[in-house]
Amino acid sequence: MTDVAVVGVGQTKFGELWERSLRQLGTEAFNAALTDAGIDRNAIQALYVGNMAAGYMSSQEHLAALFADHCGLAPKPAVRCEAACASGSLALRQAWLSIKAGVYDVVAVLGAEKMTDVTSSAAITGLMAAGDAEWEGAIGLTFAGLYALMARAHMHAFGTTREQMALVSVNNHKNGVKNPYAQFKKEISVEDVLNAGMIAEPLGLLDCSPLTDGAACVILASDRVAKRFERPAWILGSGQGSASLSLAERASLVEMPSTKAAAADVWKQTGWSNKNVDVLEVHDCFSINEIVALEDLGFCAKGDGGKFVERGAIKLSGEIPTNTAGGLKAIGHPVGASGVRQVIDICRQLRGDAPNQLSGVKRGLCLNVGGVGGTAIVTALGVERQ
Amino acid sequence: MTHLSVPSFWRLNKAKYGLVGAKCAGCGKLMFPPRTVCPGCGGSKFEPAALADSGQILTWTVIHAAPEGFDAPYAVALVRLEDGVVVPGQVVGDLTNLGIGATVRAVFRRLNENKDGLLLYGFKFVLSA
Repeated sequence: MTDVAVVGVGQTKFGELWERSLRQLGTEAFNAALTDAGIDRNAIQALYVGNMAAGYMSSQEHLAALFADHCGLAPKPAVRCEAACASGSLALRQAWLSIKAGVYDVVAVLGAEKMTDVTSSAAITGLMAAGDAEWEGAIGLTFAGLYALMARAHMHAFGTTREQMALVSVNNHKNGVKNPYAQFKKEISVEDVLNAGMIAEPLGLLDCSPLTDGAACVILASDRVAKRFERPAWILGSGQGSASLSLAERASLVEMPSTKAAAADVWKQTGWSNKNVDVLEVHDCFSINEIVALEDLGFCAKGDGGKFVERGAIKLSGEIPTNTAGGLKAIGHPVGASGVRQVIDICRQLRGDAPNQLSGVKRGLCLNVGGVGGTAIVTALGVERQ
Repeated sequence: MTHLSVPSFWRLNKAKYGLVGAKCAGCGKLMFPPRTVCPGCGGSKFEPAALADSGQILTWTVIHAAPEGFDAPYAVALVRLEDGVVVPGQVVGDLTNLGIGATVRAVFRRLNENKDGLLLYGFKFVLSA
């Protein structure tokens, strides 16, 4: 099977972008990725679109053809992928599989979400469609509520503190300051997080990623094409896991079996362990989830995530610099775009042009989570082919 | 709000009104909500099983930012019933002793009103004295 590389990246600013529509955001990111790759749109053979909730938020479905048309790709084929907040990574994974299978040589992956055309409470309702509508949504649970249930269980089982969770948001905001695309370029303190209004106890406003508009796009190419590019970032592994949508039907409330399955597959494909990863992107939709992710990916033992964060392991100077461009918390979380944006930020670190560039980065890993872990997708990228 | 239409709620009436789950005829696994394929053994024969109406709180939250159709704040917990099945539900009444490990019992209550004006009923939990 052919190797696959990212040969172009592009994104819009993330934020409350009242003046721009979903289709404008998507095409802007696509054009930016084409420009970055230095290729003509005629070279793109197919389009993979990641989006969660355009039907709910914009009364617009059928996004694959919409974006194929507006990106100037029609009549070429297009596919929309949906896995809640992991929709972007799902589109990337399907695109990767299509090249691996030998069907295409060059494809585009576009993640896009427009979330501020509806009220906050409508957005909360729409996002809850990623949970179990009949049994969780129907009793008034929210996504913050589901992660709050995990946070409380984690605090009870392992002594994890609100301060430790707050440090996740503090680190992500600090990293976001230099990111020109970030929704929030402002440092916050532990006190700010602890004193913020409650969203779902014990999670306050600053434990939660925001509602965001934005789009991100990458161009993938087979090795035959990619070797002509100067700085390809090779996709060395892609793993995906599934679990029940509802939290109540899980064997454990403090881990995500989908993440563990996806990571195990990626370690098998790459021959890596967590020790081989230089830079990490994890899904910090809520502060507790970065802690759970660090544990489930094996960067620390189950239950030690809070202490791991507290001793500075995730900082730029720490043993595993995490969310170095600001994470979902500071960059913003346009849900269908975030998985593609994570891959872009790893590519920037591998190319050497990241906002908080680390030295000697050769290998990066992304974890994108859908819902409260119903889907998890892990992607491994590297400067060199293995 | 998460919209459940009249027929979609009606299909769930037995489970919602009576806290009725399913017991797999193949392996005996008890589950809630009912499914058509057993996650334990893959079997597809079930008997309805009324669940225990009391249990202990495994974890809880108080929701302050509510979706449409709900008025915050309100408490939600995952409860492990005495027969081992875990179910989500709101906790209502006196919340003084709300906490992990607290004993609760299921009560029949109004949940909310759907977009069509239908009043939806089901179970919530109250803390045992």
